[in-house]
Amino acid sequence: MSPDPFALACPRPLRHDTVQMAHGGGGRLMKELIEGVFLPALGTDPQGLHDSAVVEAGGARLAFTTDGFVVHPRRFPGGDLGELAVYGTVNDLAMAGARPLALSAAFILEEGLPFDELAGLVASMKAAADRCGVRIVTGDTKVVDRGKADGAFITTTGLGLVPAGVEVHPRRVRPGDAVLVTGDLGRHGIAVMSVREGLAFETPIASDCGPVHHLAAALLDAGLDIHCLRDPTRGGLASVLNEIATAAGVAIEAREDAVPVDEAVAAACEILGLDPLYVACEGRMVAFLPGAQAERALALLRAHPEGAGAAVVGRVVEGPAGRVTLRTTLGTARLLDLLSGEQLPRIC
Amino acid sequence: MCLGVPGRILDLQEGPLRLGRVAFGPTVKEVSLACVPEAIPGEWVVVHAGLALERLDEAEARRVFESLAELEAGWGERP
Amino acid sequence: MKFVDEYRDGSAARTLAEAIRRKVTRPWTLMEVCGGQTHGIVRYGLDELLPPEVSLLHGPGCPVCVTPVAIIDQALAIAARPGVTFCSFGDMLRVPGSAEDLFAVKSRGADVRVVYSPLDALALARELPGREVVFFAVGFETTAPANALAVAQGEREGLANFSILVSHVRVPPALEAILASPRRRVDGFLAAGHVCAVMGTEEYVPLAAKHRVPIVVTAFEPVDLLQGILMAVSQLEEGRAEVENQYARLVQAGGNRPAQALIGEVFQGVDRTWRGIGPIPDSGLGLRPAYAAFDAARRFGVEGVGGPESAACQSGLVLQGLLKPMDCPAFGKACTPDHPLGATMVSAEGACAAYFRYRRFEPVEAP
Repeated sequence: MSPDPFALACPRPLRHDTVQMAHGGGGRLMKELIEGVFLPALGTDPQGLHDSAVVEAGGARLAFTTDGFVVHPRRFPGGDLGELAVYGTVNDLAMAGARPLALSAAFILEEGLPFDELAGLVASMKAAADRCGVRIVTGDTKVVDRGKADGAFITTTGLGLVPAGVEVHPRRVRPGDAVLVTGDLGRHGIAVMSVREGLAFETPIASDCGPVHHLAAALLDAGLDIHCLRDPTRGGLASVLNEIATAAGVAIEAREDAVPVDEAVAAACEILGLDPLYVACEGRMVAFLPGAQAERALALLRAHPEGAGAAVVGRVVEGPAGRVTLRTTLGTARLLDLLSGEQLPRIC
Repeated sequence: MCLGVPGRILDLQEGPLRLGRVAFGPTVKEVSLACVPEAIPGEWVVVHAGLALERLDEAEARRVFESLAELEAGWGERP
Repeated sequence: MKFVDEYRDGSAARTLAEAIRRKVTRPWTLMEVCGGQTHGIVRYGLDELLPPEVSLLHGPGCPVCVTPVAIIDQALAIAARPGVTFCSFGDMLRVPGSAEDLFAVKSRGADVRVVYSPLDALALARELPGREVVFFAVGFETTAPANALAVAQGEREGLANFSILVSHVRVPPALEAILASPRRRVDGFLAAGHVCAVMGTEEYVPLAAKHRVPIVVTAFEPVDLLQGILMAVSQLEEGRAEVENQYARLVQAGGNRPAQALIGEVFQGVDRTWRGIGPIPDSGLGLRPAYAAFDAARRFGVEGVGGPESAACQSGLVLQGLLKPMDCPAFGKACTPDHPLGATMVSAEGACAAYFRYRRFEPVEAP
């Protein structure tokens, strides 16, 4: 038979009238949710959105941020929900150039959660806070019926002080800036996936879950003109580059061969059909600063064990606002786009 | 279609599913070797959706690059 | 990774591109059959390396793209049943049926899980004896042995709570349909390497001879794809129309006999409707009567379920190589991966999604 091309058919477009998983995936649907629901109702920071808001009070500039943590499983190679909840918020403060001052912690616990596990999570929160030199000073607890939460959810809110003269924000990113990462990418996402039912695999990879505020401070204390910082969590480096390019109205060119990815992370990505540029980190930072200062920044970062793998991965250029291109290992160029939601393992 | 990834067999257990551990670089996954009954640990296979599709012939794998060298030799100089 | 990294080498790729340039004297249009090949071509920007005479068309080899709306609707109906744990490869979850996708059913409380292999779904059936575990068995010949193995093993173990919803398709009947079309534009094919690892190359010989078309069995990495293109262009320039094997490190002429035996034991040929193309006789695989107990459509009585396909998009033209994704008026406007009009925009292997992600250098208008 010969197919009749005019009898061809396709599905109707899907519009969502309920929240879907992809709305929390760090991609385009999450952006739609924020821009379509939250910002119109709640208003926005006239300075533009960033990992922390900066508010002035009594002459001081305070960084203020909040984050909910729902990772499953709660224990994964290299970390757990408790320490993730501390580092995540400390890192968001650091992305505004702030020194962390204090955190709050709110717990939503499902009835039946073993006390031993809860004690373990709290102990790792304390150890993480000590490591960051920050105290957890207030909190809240709610218990919900069995089945109404997945064991434990933790929300932390952070307050930090932005030193005088420091201004770290996407709007300062401009053509000529270098783009740095502080280490290899994708460890957290792969570590968590390796212990998920239905996908499990053996890997030496542990999550990179950890603080980056000292790396940010090292760059700022040295007097470098840091334009912007961002931690590549959900959606990975590719999403950070897209968000910053859009917010700053610039274009960004990244080089695939310059992006550090551990061999075991790359192998896990091959098996599951994932692109490591979209896989989450929880202990890495992306920095934007004038190209002429890139070498000095690399040297400062590499002096710390957590920054030993630092690398320049791209540069900011003139071009259509929001366009991110990747120079492939073959020397060709392609678009590095924002995904709809989370990457899904594929068969094809 | 059909993502297939080359890996090296570490060990295997005989049985209807012929399950074995296959190393993809430093990452290891349990897969079925039921369709490659002669394959033994140390050999390379290509795995799709949890099943080894076929054994990989290392000599043929090198042939691709030998043919490249022949191409260039035929031109007399590198492009 | 060994046997991967060396096939992504830039210098080898440039040598092959140069060889293609030296060989080509006139325009040729090749179709890569497999979605994995499309993904590789677009992800590595291989079209930039090719001389202008060589055009690539993207073929129908994306199981996620060609699964018909009716079967997606059946999957949605089964997944929504209480007591069902519905397992699928990740990329099927976003494919829309007539009204919604598996994610939407999951958001209303259905137990929908992503697995890596049908054997993982089988393991879940063992772990959850009180639940009905259903695996969404889509795919081409490559995936058929894994699905057949899961069913055969389920039978051996007497697992009464395991079944599969089958939507298997085969490559050769689709190639025949494309070649027989009066609007055919394809001069040569890159055949799908992993399909041929299972089935061998012999069933392509009569196709190449009947339609006077070169068919080169090709792997998926940039060096492989460029070598496959070079082999196809060489045949065309030399007036040959043969079946050649670029993927000799994996593919044997006879294919994998144990895998074929497994497929033959569990499955038999059936007519299938391809999303975007229409019905093609004997183009699919269904469960043999001996394994009917594992047929989820029958077990849940959803054989009659399934809405018609609406005519909102042109993915059928794209799947047959009659339309380039970016020439579709809806591309990047009414149709994006967030709000897809058609399956080729949904799957990561779909030609439209691949172009949207990697080659859309113009800003996109809001839908």
